[in-house]
Order: sequence, then structure tokens, then C-alpha cells
Amino acid sequence: MRRAVTREAATNTTLALLLLAAPLAASAMGEPFYVTLATRIAVLALAAVGLNIALGLGGLVSFGHAAFFGLGGYAAGILATHAFNAEPLFLGIAGTTSMPAIWLVAMVVCGLVALPIGAVSLRTSGVYFIMITLAFAQMIYYFAISWPAYGGEDGLSIYLRNSFPWVNTAAPLPFFLVCYGLLLLGLLVFRALRDSRFGAALQAARQNEVRLAAVGIAPFDIRLTAFVISAMMTGVAGALFADLNHFVSPSMLSWHMSGELIVLIILGGKGRLFGPVAGAMLYVLLEHVLGGITERWQFFLGLILLGVVLFARGGLIGLVAGRQSHG
Amino acid sequence: MSIALLIEQLLNGLQLGVMLFLMAAGLTLIFGVMGLINLAHGSLYMIGAFACAIVATATGSFWIGLAASLAAAAAAGAIMEITVIRRLYERDHLDQVLATFALILIFSEGTRWLFGSFPLYLDIPPALQGAVPLPGGGQYQLYRLAIIGVGVAVAVGLYLLIARTRLGMRIRAGESDREMIAALGVDISTLYTVVFALGAALAGLAGALVGALQSVQVGMGEPVLILAFVVIVIGGIGSIKGALFGAVLVGVVDTMGRFLLPQALTLMLAPSQAALVGGALASMLIYIVMALILAFRPSGLFSAQS
Repeated sequence: MRRAVTREAATNTTLALLLLAAPLAASAMGEPFYVTLATRIAVLALAAVGLNIALGLGGLVSFGHAAFFGLGGYAAGILATHAFNAEPLFLGIAGTTSMPAIWLVAMVVCGLVALPIGAVSLRTSGVYFIMITLAFAQMIYYFAISWPAYGGEDGLSIYLRNSFPWVNTAAPLPFFLVCYGLLLLGLLVFRALRDSRFGAALQAARQNEVRLAAVGIAPFDIRLTAFVISAMMTGVAGALFADLNHFVSPSMLSWHMSGELIVLIILGGKGRLFGPVAGAMLYVLLEHVLGGITERWQFFLGLILLGVVLFARGGLIGLVAGRQSHG
Repeated sequence: MSIALLIEQLLNGLQLGVMLFLMAAGLTLIFGVMGLINLAHGSLYMIGAFACAIVATATGSFWIGLAASLAAAAAAGAIMEITVIRRLYERDHLDQVLATFALILIFSEGTRWLFGSFPLYLDIPPALQGAVPLPGGGQYQLYRLAIIGVGVAVAVGLYLLIARTRLGMRIRAGESDREMIAALGVDISTLYTVVFALGAALAGLAGALVGALQSVQVGMGEPVLILAFVVIVIGGIGSIKGALFGAVLVGVVDTMGRFLLPQALTLMLAPSQAALVGGALASMLIYIVMALILAFRPSGLFSAQS
């Protein structure tokens, strides 16, 4: 048991250092493209760490987390547009280009949206939960498409990347470091949650709901809290994703995005601390390598994914670090 | 707003509902019997549409195309079941979602590979071209009426199949206790393949029928798939009756919402505002209806299994 834990810790440290070292080296060699690729990994990983709170710890298979990813993206896009055009948002509140303020707004918005969605969805379980979260995300997706004020179907451009105090976010490497820092923060939050009393109750709700209720803890409240926290973290990642691409569009809200987030977790290892990081690394690299070889990379990605689901349960972390020590 | 227009929109809603029923019936049957959630059902819809468009263009007959769509979708479904789906019955829903998500990637990109990104077109068969007069002075496309007719026929046929035949008896037995029916000597894996192929054929039929109204292209199955999910969640997963009721409800509410909401809002808002808010609200309407139904009946209106 102890050895397995240490092996996982070693794997995690290696992954964290690898994700930091690769863009530093690429930047030193004058290859900013690879820095951007690493940023994409960090941002997608952060979104998946958020989802991993609900899906991995709580066993809540949300097929609608793209809603929060996209809402975070739109928070960044809308605030930046209003600041750019110097138009107040509403009630005289001005837009902003400050990243920390945008993250805060993204978290508040995602939390407020996740609360009613979670409250309705968590009345159900199993397949119903999967489909209802999907349907709510579609609702927001169609709203974004049919509401023309912020670009509708065409999306919204962010002309200048938003700012972070003392950092030149327009350059690839500093922006990567901001994203990487947030990813580490997200991982710390995940670990703190997992090891807390709250996390124990959440995992107990996944394993045996009846027993949890029998010791006097309401599974519904625990799950709803986890769902909201999970949505908030994914929302911050969405804001970073919009800044990374200088663009936000309804495709960030689409169900393909929700599917991709789940894929990242499963590729890496469900419920594992670094599962989403390993999954995002593998996914983005596959996308890049296969995309370089053939235009039809999605076909082969599908085959690989199918192979992982059918034959390699436990994902990449499970393969390298062995089975989970508990749960 | 004339009565004829209202009737026309109601019929459009009914036609959408019938088409959703063809999709939802297969999904709910597969879930009811095998406990499997199949995201790749939309791919079978797409395969039906492509098969119909290609065969109809090659032979010049829509009807041969329609037969081909049934055959192609059923065959694709059977192959899919035997090679992949069969391994997923014992897995949790998360694995099923992912594996069938992977199948969507494979089918979509594979179809694009074979037939290119340009949409194909399928003509309405000559016998069903033209329109019929409506009470109140309007006209309605004969082909859309025919789709409604096909949907009603399929609903009746499915009812007879499940309630009156030996196969139907086995399907019902499989829904209530799959170990027992296997112990009684029924070849359960063949039964599963047949049920899956039946669901696939219905999806293929829906794709072919709608292919003549819209263009036939990669990705056409996905919006329909998600609507079909809404339908079976509203109706109660596993219940064919629920699928029929949910499909008609979703079809009519969606169509009438898009038609009536912008007009209703002109009573309160300026016309341009009303069109905007009404359009946005209408696109969200069925999801709101679904949320309301689930808030009161968490397992749908006609929940088949406890």
C-alpha cells in the first residue's frame, strides 16, 4: 500500500516538472508554439481537475461541464469587450481587463448557475443525471447561439489578452506560468478537498449513499456543494481558455467539449489527483501528433479512446502508478 | 395569425415529434433491455440518411433508397453491437458514454473520409410531392403528412411486436430479468443483437425520411440525438409509451414555442426586442419543460423500471 502511494507521488512530481520544463526549454529554443501547446494542456487540465471533483470524487458523471467552461469564457470575453469599448456593463458597472477580477466573476457566475442546475439534476441519478446535465448545457448553448448581443453563433473576439499584475500576459511564456500556477492551485484545492472530512463524506456518498445517510449526513447537500465547487473551477479554466485563444464562441459550450473533458479524466485516471493532467498531456499531444500526420486524426483518436475504455481501465496514472490505494 | 397557419405549425410539431419518436424508441428500447446508454445512436441516423441518399441517387428510386437505409443502419448496428457494445453491458454508464462517444468520432470522421464534407441531397419521391389543402384555407406538404403516417404506423407496429409476438415477449422478459431469461434457455446475446439492430433500423429510417427535407451531412444526427435524450428522460427511460408521449410533447412544444413566443411577447415588448427574447426563450423552452417535469417526477412521466 505505501509503495503504491509513493509511486503515485513520484509520477505526479514527474508530470508536474515535465509540464513546467517543456515550455521553458521550448521558449529558450525560440519555439513559442510549444509554449502555447503546453498552455493549452495546463488550461484543459485545470478544467478537468474541476470536473474530477464531481466525477472522480463524487461519482457524479456530469455531461454538461462545458456549460461552466463556456460561461467562464464568456465572462472573460464580455468583461473585456465592455472594457475595450468603454461601455458600462449594466447599472454603471464597468468592464475589466484584469484577470483576477475576471476569474472572480467567472467563479461567481458559474457557482450561481451550477446551484439551480445541480439542485434539479441531483434529484436524479445514473443515466438520468448524465442526460439532464447534458440537456442543461445544451440549453445554455442554444441561448448563446440565439442571443446576438455578444456575437451569437460567430463568437466574441478578445483583441488584447487580459492583464495580470506585474506579468506581460501577451507573451507566451509569462501567460503559461500564470496558467500553470493556477493549475497547481487547482490541484492543491482538489487534494485538500479529497483529504478533508467533506471529501470523505463525498466519496462515501459515491460508495454507499445509504450508509452515509445512516450516519447522519445528507448526501444531497454534500453532492450539491461538490458540484458547485467543481463548476467554479471549470469556469476559471474557461476564462483562461478564452484568453489563450483570444476568442470565445458557443463551441466552448457544446456537448463535444463536455465529452472532451470527461475523456481527459478517463485517459489520465478517474479520481486520481494528476489524472486530468496526464490525460490533458496525452490528449493534446495525440491531437498534435495525429493532426500532423493525417487530416483524419479524429478517426484515430476515436479508435485509441475506444481501446483505452475497453482494455486499459484506470487510465495512464493507473498504468504507471498502479491501482488506487483506496476507493 | 390565421387558423391555417396555426394548424400548419401544429402539424410541423407533430412531424418533428414523430421523427423524434423513431430515434427515442430505439434508444429507450436499448436502455430498457440492455441497460446501455448509446450516444452513437445519432451516427446510425446519419448512416440511414447517407445510405438512402447514395442508393436513391444511384438507382433513381427513393423507395429502394429507403430500403437500403433500413438495411444499412441495421447492419451497422449489428456490427457495432457484436464488436464493441457487447463488451459494455457490464460496465458502468461512464464507460458506456465514453466508448460510444469514441464511436461517434469514428463514424463521423469515417463518413467524412468516404463521402467528403459536402452535403448530399435527397429528393422527395414523386408520389409524395405536392400539397394537401388544410381546413381554413392553407396547404400542407404531402411528404410531411406521410412522415407522420409512418410514425404512427411504426408506433402501432412496435406495440404489436412487443405485446403480441414471441420476440416481444422475450424483449419484455429481458427487461425484467435478464439472468432468468438466459437460464430459461433463450439465447440472450442474439436477442441483444436483434434489439440493437431493430433500434438502429428505426434510427436509420428517421435519418432517411428527414434526409429528403434537409441536407444529408456529417453531424446531422447530433442535435436530433440530444433532443431524443430529452424525450426519453421526460417519458421515463425504458418506456416506449413514454417515448411516444415525450416525443410528441417535445416536438409540439418546440415548434409552437418558436412560432408563438415571439408573437406573444409583442404584447409586452417592442417588436425587435420581442423577436430577440422570444427566439432565445423558444430555443430553451423544451429544456425548461424538461427541468420542470423532472423537478416533480425525477424518473420521468412513464417510468418503466423502479
